[in-house]
Amino acid sequence: MEQIQLKKVDIIFGWDEKVTPIDVYDKTVKKTADSIILDMIDSGLKGRGGAGFPTGLKWKFTRNEDSDAKYVICNADEGEPGTFKDREILDKVPEKVFAGMAICGYVIGAREGYIYLRGEYNFLLKGLQKKIDLFNKQLAERKANFAIYLRSGSGAYVCGEESALFESMEGKRGEPRNKPPYPTVAGYNSKPTVINNVETLVYTCEICRMGSERFKSLGTFDSRGSKVFSVSGDTPTPGIYELELGMPLKDFVEEFADGDAKAVQIGGASGHCVPRKKFNETIIGFEGIPTGGSMMIFNSTRSMYNVLHDYLEFFTEESCGQCTPCRVGCQQLLKGIEAVKKGEKSPSYLEDMKKLTLTMKIAAKCGLGQSVANPFISIVDNFKEEIIY
Amino acid sequence: MSKYMVNLKINNIAISVEEGTTILDAAKRLNFRIPTLCNHPDLSVAGNCRVCVVEVKGARLLSASCATPVSEGMEVFTNSEKVRIARKHVVELLLSEHNSDCTKCFKNGHCELQELASEYRIGDHVFLDLVKPKDKIQDISSPSIVKDNSKCIRCQRCVRTCAELQAVSALAVVHKGNHQGISTFLNKPMNDVVCTNCGQCINRCPTGALTERNYIEEVWNAIYDPKKFVVVQTAPATRVALGEDLGVETGTRVTGKMVSALKKMGFNKVLDTDFTADLTIMEEGTELLTRLKKALVDKDESVKLPMMTSCSPGWIKFQEHMFPGLLDNLSTCKSPQQMFGSLAKTYYADKVNIKAENMTVVSIMPCTAKKFECNRPEMRDSGFKDVDYVLTTRELAMMIKQAGIDFDKLEDDHYDSILGESTGAAVIFGATGGVMEAALRTAYELVTGNEVPFTNLNIKPVRGMEGVKEASIKIKNTVPAWNFLEGVELNVAVAHGLSNAKKLMEAVEKGEANYHFIEIMGCPGGCIGGGGQPIPTSPEIRKKRTDAIYAEDMGMNLRKSHENPEVTEVYKDYLGTPLGHKSHELLHTHYKVRKRY
Repeated sequence: MEQIQLKKVDIIFGWDEKVTPIDVYDKTVKKTADSIILDMIDSGLKGRGGAGFPTGLKWKFTRNEDSDAKYVICNADEGEPGTFKDREILDKVPEKVFAGMAICGYVIGAREGYIYLRGEYNFLLKGLQKKIDLFNKQLAERKANFAIYLRSGSGAYVCGEESALFESMEGKRGEPRNKPPYPTVAGYNSKPTVINNVETLVYTCEICRMGSERFKSLGTFDSRGSKVFSVSGDTPTPGIYELELGMPLKDFVEEFADGDAKAVQIGGASGHCVPRKKFNETIIGFEGIPTGGSMMIFNSTRSMYNVLHDYLEFFTEESCGQCTPCRVGCQQLLKGIEAVKKGEKSPSYLEDMKKLTLTMKIAAKCGLGQSVANPFISIVDNFKEEIIY
Repeated sequence: MSKYMVNLKINNIAISVEEGTTILDAAKRLNFRIPTLCNHPDLSVAGNCRVCVVEVKGARLLSASCATPVSEGMEVFTNSEKVRIARKHVVELLLSEHNSDCTKCFKNGHCELQELASEYRIGDHVFLDLVKPKDKIQDISSPSIVKDNSKCIRCQRCVRTCAELQAVSALAVVHKGNHQGISTFLNKPMNDVVCTNCGQCINRCPTGALTERNYIEEVWNAIYDPKKFVVVQTAPATRVALGEDLGVETGTRVTGKMVSALKKMGFNKVLDTDFTADLTIMEEGTELLTRLKKALVDKDESVKLPMMTSCSPGWIKFQEHMFPGLLDNLSTCKSPQQMFGSLAKTYYADKVNIKAENMTVVSIMPCTAKKFECNRPEMRDSGFKDVDYVLTTRELAMMIKQAGIDFDKLEDDHYDSILGESTGAAVIFGATGGVMEAALRTAYELVTGNEVPFTNLNIKPVRGMEGVKEASIKIKNTVPAWNFLEGVELNVAVAHGLSNAKKLMEAVEKGEANYHFIEIMGCPGGCIGGGGQPIPTSPEIRKKRTDAIYAEDMGMNLRKSHENPEVTEVYKDYLGTPLGHKSHELLHTHYKVRKRY
């Protein structure tokens, strides 16, 4: 493993004047929908928002549904702490996102596509709308029965959860729904819906441009292709980097950390914390620790109690509040580590709380509550002394 | 699309159920009870309390059994180790944000969370107490409903009730995370928002977060006060439901036992709201015929049709908030409870030779909105507060227990006279369609001299649980005074539950409804499903109560309001004629426009 170097790539932000995104669209829609789906499945592309559902299957399921209306939704509610890649993509190469959506619309038979933009990214609205108008015009010139619309979120983290996002788009309180039914069957307006992350949609466009074989040649067997990482924390070079998936964390740390890294939080607040002693054995990808892109590096000056406390405060506030494990569980965890720190509860209470997070992991209604166990257990297990003393 | 059968196993037992069945319902058929809190048979599925989680073999997550449909080959475990731990955690978490002062709670002994805590023997559970001190301040602004946020477990049954069944949405979810809660518009007091006081939320609240404002102590004090002459009236629907809170089977008529218990408790006179229900028919029926005459003969365009019933105070307040433009369509008749109050402190007080100021009028009602109604400033036509205290059916059950009365062993007793005589027409006021049926029985006969053309006087088209019901009756062979109605097709409609009322009102507002007379009851099923009735409630329970109401009607000697001899007497002795001067003074009222939020 040690000889593997970090492989930087330039697929997402690369721009080819000779084959622009609308050209990719033109080329792709000459193919049948089924063959595009096969290409997507063959490429091994998995959702880049964090959950990693195979994109080709998602498209296929939605295409197979019989319905008078279907939708393509671009999830641009980038709210995970430590992630800022979608903002950059939408700022720099939005046309690739639009093309991905239009291709998806062609494949599944949708007439409308929506970009649900994070409320805090409102500063992008104006510029984005202009580019959407232009793209819609290009689609109209081609007599394509598809148009893209922009919707602004209102600032709740949970609205990045797909079913909460639909509720929000429908003008309701942004709360996750019961599943099943899944979005491919009943999503926005209870119609079959493909909802993909911004980055995923760019890759679908790029796979259509370069072919699934070339995409597949990047990354590893379980984690095909590359991924955009948002690097932050104790690093001299914070920013956005596109790297091949499946790299050892050690290499990543060597490249980006300041030489004093004691932990990396992979996947944002809802992700896992990896301590220095596990840098060697940890792979970033679906075979190891998957991530929506957030990589937060902490050096030895950081208190991991504070890190965990911040995350729990975040979840306590951002839980939608409808389901018991998440609403009350997050509060108990937050107050619980405070009580242990103050000595009001014995250190063994941490074990009770770990058990609670395991319940949250399997009994909470959506991914928000289910993932609180990730940071909690990985930080408490690896930095127990910092939590207690 | 025809439904096909799905095969699955629950706790290793095979079962085949219709596609679309939830795991919860499938388990019920095998007699595996799965606890629930947010689930309710009258409401949409929420799946948010998570107490009903079960394990499905091969699944990463536990499934909320109330929200998960069965699928072919599924293997479900309702009591695995994972399930048990998770369920206990959920109950412990709920208790940690719940004010567990159970002994001081009005719902003590009737709380679903308490039952679960007891079932799981949650002793001194490990989690930290999260109850916020500010939440312990109860909202007692409403004369009908007490809201206690410290008891709320955010199951949202009340929110769904208020939106789905009642189309009011006085209660909604506010904020998120640790600040999430159930509140009103701008967090205003309950008395200051669109709440109709119907109490349907109380019927469905699993804990003590929403309860009726109780007047038990006030009523005992009046009974014990030697200076007070305390009369009690009982609404039609109480007699078919009271037993449920006293260990009697659902759907049992306990009229005689209830009267007996009230006498034993020390009320001076036990009288019947049924009497004023019959009186309402005389007044409202006459009002309808008068409006029809003005509209059809005098061509008076200021007359508002369709006329709408006014017995249900939840419905009245709903109309005042939501459809103020239709207030003139409401009958000006007071509800039977308020007619009773104003007559009790005038006519009746004279008869029994008691000064009105020494009389206390108590009502036993299936209703929480009646508590608000008796406090309306218009309801003082006797010169005093016409009805002093309103108790729900539930509160009466509590008082009977407090009095140490063994309800089941009581002998039947009879209402006192006067103001105690009733007819079957009055009894059926308790079920949706009942007022309409009673009105038609009387009006038709008044106009034609003949009985309504329905077997046994049972006007089936206006009965039953359909949300909006319609009927038409052709008026034939009129007596001379009502000749102008000859051949007229009288179109009527009946709705129960305010969401159904809203549909009907929207049609009326748009001019799409061609009705002469509309009956609306605020609660699902009418008063038998009222907000003051025993808890729990469900379509089956309401059906049983309704059956009991109609059985009571069939068992009465008199089944038409105009045949009630005490009604005849009160007109002869005191009121004169329906809609006469005295009637206007005591039995009719007016309405006010209220805010939309």
